[in-house]
Amino acid sequence: MNSWSPNSLGKQSMIEINGVQKSFRDNHVLRGVDLTINKGETTVILGRSGCGKSVLLKLIMGLMKPDQGEILVNGDNVASMNDKQLSGLRQKFGMLFQASALFDSMTVDENVGLGLREHTKLPEPEVRQRVAEKLKMVGLSAVEHQKPAALSGGMKKRVGLARAIAMDPEYVLYDEPTTGLDPIMADVINELIISLRNTLTITSIAVTHDIVSAYKIADRIAMLYEGKIIFVGTPDEVKNTDHAVVRQFIEGSSQGPIPAL
Amino acid sequence: MAKARFSYTPENIFTCVGRKTLTFLEDVGGLALLVKDIFLSLPKAFSRFHLTAEQMLVMGVNSLPLVALVSVFTGAVTAVQAVYQIQDFIPMRYLGTAVGKAILIELAPVLTALVVAGRVGAGIAAELGTMKVTEQIDALKTMALDPVEYLVAPRFVAGLVMLPVLTIFSDAIALAGGVGISATALNVPPHVFLNSLKTFFKTMDLMSGLSKAFVFGSIISIIGCYQGFRTKGGAEGVGRSATKAVVMASVLILIADYVVASILFG
Ligand SMILES: Nc1ncnc2c1ncn2[C@@H]1O[C@H](COP(=O)(O)OP(=O)(O)O)[C@@H](O)[C@H]1O
Ligand SMILES: [Mg+2]
Repeated sequence: MNSWSPNSLGKQSMIEINGVQKSFRDNHVLRGVDLTINKGETTVILGRSGCGKSVLLKLIMGLMKPDQGEILVNGDNVASMNDKQLSGLRQKFGMLFQASALFDSMTVDENVGLGLREHTKLPEPEVRQRVAEKLKMVGLSAVEHQKPAALSGGMKKRVGLARAIAMDPEYVLYDEPTTGLDPIMADVINELIISLRNTLTITSIAVTHDIVSAYKIADRIAMLYEGKIIFVGTPDEVKNTDHAVVRQFIEGSSQGPIPAL
Repeated sequence: MAKARFSYTPENIFTCVGRKTLTFLEDVGGLALLVKDIFLSLPKAFSRFHLTAEQMLVMGVNSLPLVALVSVFTGAVTAVQAVYQIQDFIPMRYLGTAVGKAILIELAPVLTALVVAGRVGAGIAAELGTMKVTEQIDALKTMALDPVEYLVAPRFVAGLVMLPVLTIFSDAIALAGGVGISATALNVPPHVFLNSLKTFFKTMDLMSGLSKAFVFGSIISIIGCYQGFRTKGGAEGVGRSATKAVVMASVLILIADYVVASILFG
């Protein structure tokens, strides 16, 4: 495959989303999304429930194909990759799912170590050590032999996070990392995302409707509304914007241009 | 959303028939693609043998009690009814032949398969269906693991291997049931029963049953996986998939029974 493209010149490790559209029957979820994700930054995509945030992440991972437009990772179009290229791409990504999506037939250790055991030839003691290390990063210990069903929601999220970073990915996608957690646990997760960016220089995309979390973790915030990115800016630019839709969203008001129902 | 009540106008009936036809064609196409993917990923079922072994345990070993129970009664009822059907024109010393052939060729393979379809087919559909609706299948893909290699191939191989094994087991238990009831209630002593079984036994009797079991085993796991992967919409969808898997597998088992029989005996 030709890996050269104008986008890969000079700016490595980045994701470009160009004019992406996705519909399910007559439900037009994404109607032309344009967004560039810079290397080493955390980009937060804000949007209401059901506006297509999870769909966008699935499109980036190649779990779905866009109807229109393209998603370039390091200049390569995800939708036109074959199975082998897709597998190579996915090994550079980690993904935290909205509901954690831990494999419930496996223990915590097996969940976190699955990628290492399947894709590397590391000896078993080494795998165990790395698993313990990643679990420690997310503030967990001595849970290796538990099944996910025995864990609380916050612990599941943290195990999911440990699994997402187990293979030392270049990119991590977070699907609502703080939703459903108590405020203190939410802040623990926020701190984790920040420290991952700082210590491992991971490029991240987090989708959320949690403004507090967005302000805290984001280098840049993009707002997804009615199938398009209507605003991109730093947290400060978001706080001070007079864009009516963005203002209504960050103020959490039912009055304004966004219909409440 | 309130659903309009179905009224039997010609348009509605055509729409209904058309939709069913489309679903049927979709199933045929989907199954064909799945079977292709399974064959491409078969080598992995052996390189990840621990997964296959685990499924063999679930499908095979854990089904033994149920298969044993069904088989012993099948053998007994076959003997009782054979006596009723043949007693006026065939000597009782041929009872073993009649019962034995019915069991080996038809009853043990088919009833074992139907029991396993209910137990294991539904289980596979529910397990994979739950993985689908809780995004575990997507998670597997994002970890660059192929769900067909990782989940389907081991179940396929396990079904292929364990159904013949269970069928042999069922053969033995059902024959024991037949011998037992003949000796205790039908005045045909065990050595008479077994002698007539031996005299007219052909290898084909056993082999035809085992060939059927082979086919039934693949049907059960393929349909279970297929319905699991197609699951949509939470717990309700998982229940629906499990039911569909059992119905579809049972129907296909009976059709395949006829097809294999016509090939082998036709
Ligand atoms: N696989 C799918 N099939 C049909 N519709 C879907 C599918 N995935 C998502 N949708 C629809 O797309 C819309 C956006 O969903 P999603 O991306 O999950 O929203 P959110 O922004 O809350 O993550 C919803 O209306 C949802 O019903
Ligand atoms: Mg979502």
